[in-house]
Amino acid sequence: MKELIARRAARLIQPGSVVNLGIGIPTLVSRYLDPDAVHLHTENGLLGVGPPPPPDRVDPNLVDAGKQPITRRAGASFFDSAASFAMIRGGHVDVAVLGALQVDERGHVANWAVPGDPVLGVGGAMDLLSGVRTVIVLMTHSTRDGAPKLVRECTLPLTGLRPASFVVTELAVFRVDEEGLVLVERAPGVPLETVRARTAARFREGEPLLPPGEGEGSA
Amino acid sequence: MTRPADKLIDADEAIRRTLFDGASVMVGGFGLVGKPLTLVTALNASPFRDLTILSNNLGEPGRYLGQTLQLGKIRRAIGSYFTTNPDVVRAYAEGTLQVTLLPQGTFSEAIRAGGAGLAAFYTPTGVGTLLAEGKEVREFRGRRYILEEALTADVALVRARRADRLGNLVYYATARNFNPAMATAAGKVIAEVDEIVEPGELDAEQIATPHLFVDHLVLAREHL
Repeated sequence: MKELIARRAARLIQPGSVVNLGIGIPTLVSRYLDPDAVHLHTENGLLGVGPPPPPDRVDPNLVDAGKQPITRRAGASFFDSAASFAMIRGGHVDVAVLGALQVDERGHVANWAVPGDPVLGVGGAMDLLSGVRTVIVLMTHSTRDGAPKLVRECTLPLTGLRPASFVVTELAVFRVDEEGLVLVERAPGVPLETVRARTAARFREGEPLLPPGEGEGSA
Repeated sequence: MTRPADKLIDADEAIRRTLFDGASVMVGGFGLVGKPLTLVTALNASPFRDLTILSNNLGEPGRYLGQTLQLGKIRRAIGSYFTTNPDVVRAYAEGTLQVTLLPQGTFSEAIRAGGAGLAAFYTPTGVGTLLAEGKEVREFRGRRYILEEALTADVALVRARRADRLGNLVYYATARNFNPAMATAAGKVIAEVDEIVEPGELDAEQIATPHLFVDHLVLAREHL
């Protein structure tokens, strides 16, 4: 299911983009991106992230934001955290792929604080949401308990007031415009009634993002 | 003029000369990557306590800054991501540790600004969230920003790959992270390095921290 979401999200990313992938399902997106067509940015200081190294070639000082070993591609550059977040906040990163706990019907994202726990970790989530041009949220459609994650209004603390650009789940792809969520694609074999039944947020139906044969049915 | 070689001292000596009870201390590193491990071990062996630690996170339970916390030396932590260490969560809940949480980009920019002599800056990050509570909001060109104060510290402990005897620093890969900014933003800066070479041996085009920021050099005894 996570692979399905990651694969679908990869196809929303335009060739030539500078892309920051968050921890979790977003990291899987790199498997479906043409490494020669995009530049992966990690906020701990590298533009030009390459695939994980074989175990005998791990460099402990070369990691991604999830602290996993990575490599660097030809043309990569290293920089410090302040410069890295200047790239993010300054609008120089084209696409951020983020996980989320909830998204509301206007596209607002809650992805950093869990109810009941003290609020002690935020990382780069707010900077990415605030600064990156296209924000793609990836998440499972429901919580483990079966509750919808696409809600009328977030009950969890918001990560920012800037809405996501797209929301991708295992059931559907939504685009976000000024008025809110627009259903633009359903996963193969998923009827509209299923999306409606499992989505608490109100949404409109819109035109598919991709031509027939590339959108619904092939994700 | 100070003789260049004078900057190289022992880690324990560097901590003894610069720290004091109640000091604020910046510590570089993203997790343990780029963390000055030898200096943190020396800090843990020192008598100093009641410290304010400015570091992105406080590591893992019992390791390095996680040990500093277990030793009861930290009064306040300023950073962006503390949830990975359950000791932090517990100390915060028990009221023995104060935590100031900042978005990572605000944390790094506040240090950069502090080192550059700025008092504060307006950022769009965090507007409308819990982390903006109590902060001034101001609109510029139709967009809302919050006022964040710059950060400085009494001491910075940073990690670099190589230094020359003057204190010029060259970093390595993603171990760079918060270190260059922290090296600009503290009253006293101690840099832990793998190797110290003669002036002229480092490529001047690659020096990320010029020597005027660095007070003491320490050779790394502990590695990832």
